[in-house]
Amino acid sequence: MIDRLDDLLGFQTDALKLRAARQTVLAGNIANADTPGYKAVDFDFAGALAKAQAAAVDGKEAPAPELLYREPPQSSLDGNSVDMDAERGAFADNTVRYEAALAALNARIKTMLAALQG
Amino acid sequence: MPTLFDVFGVASSALTAQSQRLNVTASNLANADSVAGPDGNAYKARQVVFATKPTGVEGVDGVNVAGVVEDPSPAKSVFNPGHPLADAQGYVKMPNVSVVDEMVNMMSASRSYQSNVEVMNTAKALLQKTLTLGQ
Repeated sequence: MIDRLDDLLGFQTDALKLRAARQTVLAGNIANADTPGYKAVDFDFAGALAKAQAAAVDGKEAPAPELLYREPPQSSLDGNSVDMDAERGAFADNTVRYEAALAALNARIKTMLAALQG
Repeated sequence: MPTLFDVFGVASSALTAQSQRLNVTASNLANADSVAGPDGNAYKARQVVFATKPTGVEGVDGVNVAGVVEDPSPAKSVFNPGHPLADAQGYVKMPNVSVVDEMVNMMSASRSYQSNVEVMNTAKALLQKTLTLGQ
């Protein structure tokens, strides 16, 4: 029974965890917008979620996403590759997607509660 | 894997670093006309040096101020023979502070500070929403 609940909620939980991880990575980029030599990083969300799903099938913990360096649209003199506009855009985008994952998870919990209470 | 709670550490380190940058800028602007410091020489402009500060979570770094360095450029010589500190030729050594540069620095620090406050607020709102999960 419990593993059924896990099946029901597992996907959205993994998605939510990865969204939180990406939010933190983007916050790190924004924080280091003025640090000389800092290279902006991000990860491929879809790829990381697929890996987390594959790990869940094997009953393992989701692996930490593989971080990649961002390709800066224009180089800067101090070697910093943070593009503030892109980072803030990605941050806002990720915020909405986090809320969407949260809403989906909530909906699943409500569905299950409705089934339990009849 | 980083969690949303790590955002607070990262963003607050950036707030500390940016406010120190703002402090240094304030000091430079305040002393833009200080012809004599405690050592008798004209004030030298200072700049902060930012460096990444590892948070212990892979790929997520905060910021700290690695040091405050003095601007090595020479003091500006201004011709003012009536000044008590003027040399034999009538020149006074003025601080090497560039007021325009400092204003730009101030705006940049203030914008970066605001961005990080916003980041923190967003993380807080998301966590609070997550706490109401299933209600």
